[in-house]
Parts: sequence; C-alpha cells; structure tokens
Amino acid sequence: MNRRDFNKAAAAVGAAAAFSPLNRAFAQAQKLKVGVILPRSGVQGLIGQSCQMGADIAPALIKDMLGVDVELMNADWETNIDVARTRAERLIQEGAHVLVGPFDSGAASAIAQVAEQRGVPFVINIAAAPPITEQGYKFVFRNFPTAIDLTVNGLGLIGELFRATNVAPRTAVFMHVNDTFGQAMRGGISATLPRLTQLPFKIVETISYDPAAKDLSVEVSKAKATKADFLLLVCRLNDAIILRREIVKQRWNMMGIISPGSPGLYEDQYAKTLGKLSDYAISNNPWYNPKTRMTAAVIKQLAKQFPKDRINNHGANISYTFESILIAADAYKRSGSTNPKQLADAIRQTNIVDRVSLGGPIKFNAKGQVEGNLSACVQNRDGTPRVILPESAAEAKPVFPWPDYKRS
Amino acid sequence: MVYGLMALGLSVIYGVVRVVNFAHGEMMTIAMYAVIAMFGAWKIDPFLAVLPVAAAFFALGYLMQSGLINPFITRPEHSQFILMVAVAIIMVNAMLMIFGPSARNVQVDYQLESFEIGLLLVDKARLYAAGVALATSVGLFLFFKRTLVGKAIRACADNHLGARVVGLNVKHLYALTFGLGSACVAVAGCMMILMVEVTPNLGPAYTLLAFVIVIVGGLGSMPGALAGGVLIGVSEALAGLFITPSAKSMVSFGLLILVLLLRPQGLLGKKA
Repeated sequence: MNRRDFNKAAAAVGAAAAFSPLNRAFAQAQKLKVGVILPRSGVQGLIGQSCQMGADIAPALIKDMLGVDVELMNADWETNIDVARTRAERLIQEGAHVLVGPFDSGAASAIAQVAEQRGVPFVINIAAAPPITEQGYKFVFRNFPTAIDLTVNGLGLIGELFRATNVAPRTAVFMHVNDTFGQAMRGGISATLPRLTQLPFKIVETISYDPAAKDLSVEVSKAKATKADFLLLVCRLNDAIILRREIVKQRWNMMGIISPGSPGLYEDQYAKTLGKLSDYAISNNPWYNPKTRMTAAVIKQLAKQFPKDRINNHGANISYTFESILIAADAYKRSGSTNPKQLADAIRQTNIVDRVSLGGPIKFNAKGQVEGNLSACVQNRDGTPRVILPESAAEAKPVFPWPDYKRS
Repeated sequence: MVYGLMALGLSVIYGVVRVVNFAHGEMMTIAMYAVIAMFGAWKIDPFLAVLPVAAAFFALGYLMQSGLINPFITRPEHSQFILMVAVAIIMVNAMLMIFGPSARNVQVDYQLESFEIGLLLVDKARLYAAGVALATSVGLFLFFKRTLVGKAIRACADNHLGARVVGLNVKHLYALTFGLGSACVAVAGCMMILMVEVTPNLGPAYTLLAFVIVIVGGLGSMPGALAGGVLIGVSEALAGLFITPSAKSMVSFGLLILVLLLRPQGLLGKKA
C-alpha cells in the first residue's frame, strides 16, 4: 500500500466512523446532565418543591419514552435571585449540559444571562415576564406563556366564566405581588383589559404588595374599602394564604377571588393550610391536559414515585417542569450530542405534539418562545382543583359567586 | 405590642449585658416552632404554651449567657458581633434541618374571628396577643422596679464595677438578664405564630425589625422599646392605608433615619 492508498483508506474509515449509527450510540452512551434550579426553600419553597416533583419523575419516564438517560443535578436557589445566578454558574462548572427552571421571572432573567454568557442551553419551565425572550438570546428557551399571553388567556376565561354562570360583576379590585412576575402581569392586564370590551367589569383600584409580606391586613382593608364585586388576584402561595385568612377576618363580602394567571390558589399547600376556606377560589392558569397519553403516563409515574400526591394539586408545576426536561432530552436524542451549540440548535427544531400541558405542539419561534400554550379555568372544590372551563375539558360546573357571598 | 415585647427582650439584654443579640429574631423563630410542635403533639393552644416555652427559653438564655457569651463580655465588639451572627446562622440551619423549609403555622378557632365595635373590626387573635404582650411587659417592669434581683440587675447595668465591689454576682445576674430577654422573645414568638406563618429564614427580618424598634425607642430603654414597637406598627399601618401598602417598610426606615439624625439616643433613650 502506497501513501496515497493509505490516505484514501484512512479517509474512508474516518467517514464511515463519523456517519455510522454506532457513533451516535456511542455518543449517547453518556447521560444528559440536566441542571434543575428551583426555589426549594424560602418564600417560594413549597412551589419549588412542587415543581421538583415534575423533574423527579422525568428520568424514568424519559428513559421509557425516548431511551435517553437523564441525570438530574438539583440546585435550590432559595428564593434569592443572587443565589440563582451562582447556582447556575456552579451547575455549569460541574458539567450540566442544559439548565432547567426556575419558576420565577426574576431568577429566570438572572440565569438566562449566565446561560448566554457560558453558551449552555437554558429551558425555562415557568416564568412569564416577556422581556426574557426579547433579548435576542441564543441559548434561552421558554415553554410557558408570557405575561401577555397569560392575561389574554386568563381574562378571556373570566369572560367565559361570567357567561357560564350568568353573572356580570361591574367592579374588581386588582391586587398583585410586586415582584418581576407581578409587575409583568400588571403590565399585561393594563394593556389587555381595555381591548376586551366584552368583559363587564372595570378595575377600581390596583394594590401591589410584597410577596414575602407577613401581614396583609392593611392591603385587605384597603381593597375591602373599594367595595369591589370581586378580587382579581396575581399572587404567590404564602401571600395567597395570608390574604384569604385576612378576607375572612375582615368579613369582606364579595363574589370571589379570580386569578387571571398566577400560582398560589391551586397549590396543594393552599388547600392543606386553609381547608374549607380554600374552596371556590378560581385560577385561570396554564394547566395539564387530562386527555393526552403523555399526561396519563405522567400520572402513572407520579403515583409510583409520590403515592400521596395528585397532579391536580401541582397543575402547571409538574407538567411544565417535566416538559422542559423532555424538551432537553428530545433535543439530545435528535442531535446525538451534549455539545451545547448542537443541543441548542436541536432544541430550536423541537416539535413535540403529544404533550402534558394544554396547548398546541411545543415549537419554539425565532425568539425561543413556545406560542399557543393555553390556560384552563380551575376552581378549588373540596380541596381539589377542578377544571371548570373550557367546557370540553371541564371536570365540574363553575360556581360563581362563591356561596359565602351575601347579595346586598 | 408584640413587636414591642420582642424588642423589649433585645433592649433588656443590651441595656444590662451590653451585648447586642444578633440571634434575637432566630430565637423568636425557634419559639414559634416550639409552639407548633406542642400544638401538633398535644393540641396545646399558643396562649397556654406561653409559660412552658418562656421557661425553656429562660433556661436557654441563662445557659447561653453563662456558657457561651460571658467569655466575650470583655472582648472587642466585633468579636461579640461575629459570635452572635454565628449563633444565628447555626440556629437557622438547625431549624432548616429539623423542620425543613416549608412555612408552618397553627390553626385555632379564634384565629379567623374578629370583634365588631361600631364600624371597627378588631382581630381577636391580635387583641389577645397584645394583652399578653402588655401583661408580660408590665410584669417585667415590676420585676425590675420592685424586686431585689431586679434592682441588682439594674445596679449592674448602671455601674458594672460598683456592682462587683458591693459583692453582687455579676455573671449570674447577666445570665438572669439574658434569660429574661430570651423569655420575652419566646412570649412574643408564641403570640406571633397566631399571626404569621413561620419559616426558618424568618429570623433575620425580625432581628432587623427589633433593631429598628429599639433604635427608634432608645437602645437600653424598656419603655422606649415598647413605645418604638407601637410607633413602628402604627406608622406602617397608616402608611399602608394612606400612601401605598408597599411603602410600609419605607416609612419605618424613614423614621429610623429621622431619629438617628434628630435624636440619636432614641425617643426615650438617655444621652451617653
């Protein structure tokens, strides 16, 4: 064999190796390391733990569905945005191929900067502030509605609720947390509400408050003084519990509480802490679709790993967290690589039709945002959140005003 | 009143021992968890839990002062500061390990009830809590004014060297004072659990609040601590009502700055 023949043979072997399926199998022999950053302690600790369940069920389910090995690298950002940034840095240093989380817009913005600087894909599970996907980032992806989408979906469902219950409240008092998410929702509502002329009510007062507040008596007395027909609420969990108690203490007679799209009211801990008082609160939220195969698989896996928990009490937390890991694993399977650039390119090409959450297929637009995620109108009944609208997915009939309401 | 009682504990300790208890909020958080544990195990109402929890905290405070803090009394202030911050961090992490990060509370029947007095609605739990806080504060005043031990403690606070010269057991009296301050914060914790949910990380916020109150009222002044507590509580409520609820903290810190500028010794404090 002369030099030319040797070179030809070497090139042929190299090309065969490069394009061989064996190569892909070899590449995928390693695990996809997913850095999961959630607020498992601090003010948002309970919601973070709820989201964590969606992550914990993912490796086994994804192994069954896609044959991909996923290794979770869990980090707690302690409901502190500075901690979120450092945890993201650390996960990348420790070898995370992709980051997932963090259930908060402020933390998502901080992690997005780290992910972009370090060139590691970041799939946001839950965070609604629109600017996150408006920065031209190449490694940041979000499978969750923006605050604008949330409010459009949420306010639309409020209209449907009033039609379904034959009620036309004229006034609402709007209370919201004053964090990044709450401010984004406020912006969304201010921009959207005037356009929705079919809605019979107007907002008579807007009251913002600290999500870490330990006492909301002043806020509630101020809201009560407006004599609004109902409370439009954008909340978190702990504040939602404090608010509900304060409403009872101050004997505030109103039609009910409706969230146009926020956590808190449907959470497991809300029902556990408040018991009967948690009933009849309404949240128009991104939710799981009870009718898909993927949801059935998630419910089965949840029962296996967390027999005491039901998906109803964790709604979007489980569905969207699971989906964000699914997106990463699906991209890894298609790209056959843990190379961040290739993973990010593959995530951009995602097209997952059978999914857990309500909405169209998971497809990212040029900004890294999934469009077409939908909300459901969910009402707490006997301690369990039930879908009451849209009618096609309804598990119970809507009750509004709540039974406590005394018409004057 | 409950804020005032919490700050009173801090003020009493500083006024006598001259050590700033940076673990004050954390101690209150532990007391809140103690009430939750007793309520969970034996359904003991927080008001009935006041005596055993206060007694346990008196013992804890006594032991902390005599075993841990006493050697630091003569050391520079930054050593005392680091010691108390370390104690606070250990307490927070111990609570995280034992109770986890989740928010907890107790639920009693009267917690959601209120008295209707004309146009006013007065929260039952808050009213009862204020009563207990007031009674505890009056008891503490009487103890310091009327009893020999109380007078001896005041003598230590006024003149440490003189107290030693006349044969007072200063170490024991310091430990008693720290115990009393700890008991105060324990009673405040028993009341606070009726109003807020507790998490291990709640402590630093209350330590800061206690500082704001005692600085406004006058560091080391017992009536000042109570007056500061009421002033901060009322000003926050009024700011929330007439300005915006988000401005509550702004107003209390604004008050703090005003007091530091115009009357650095606090409203009822004495000039050094």
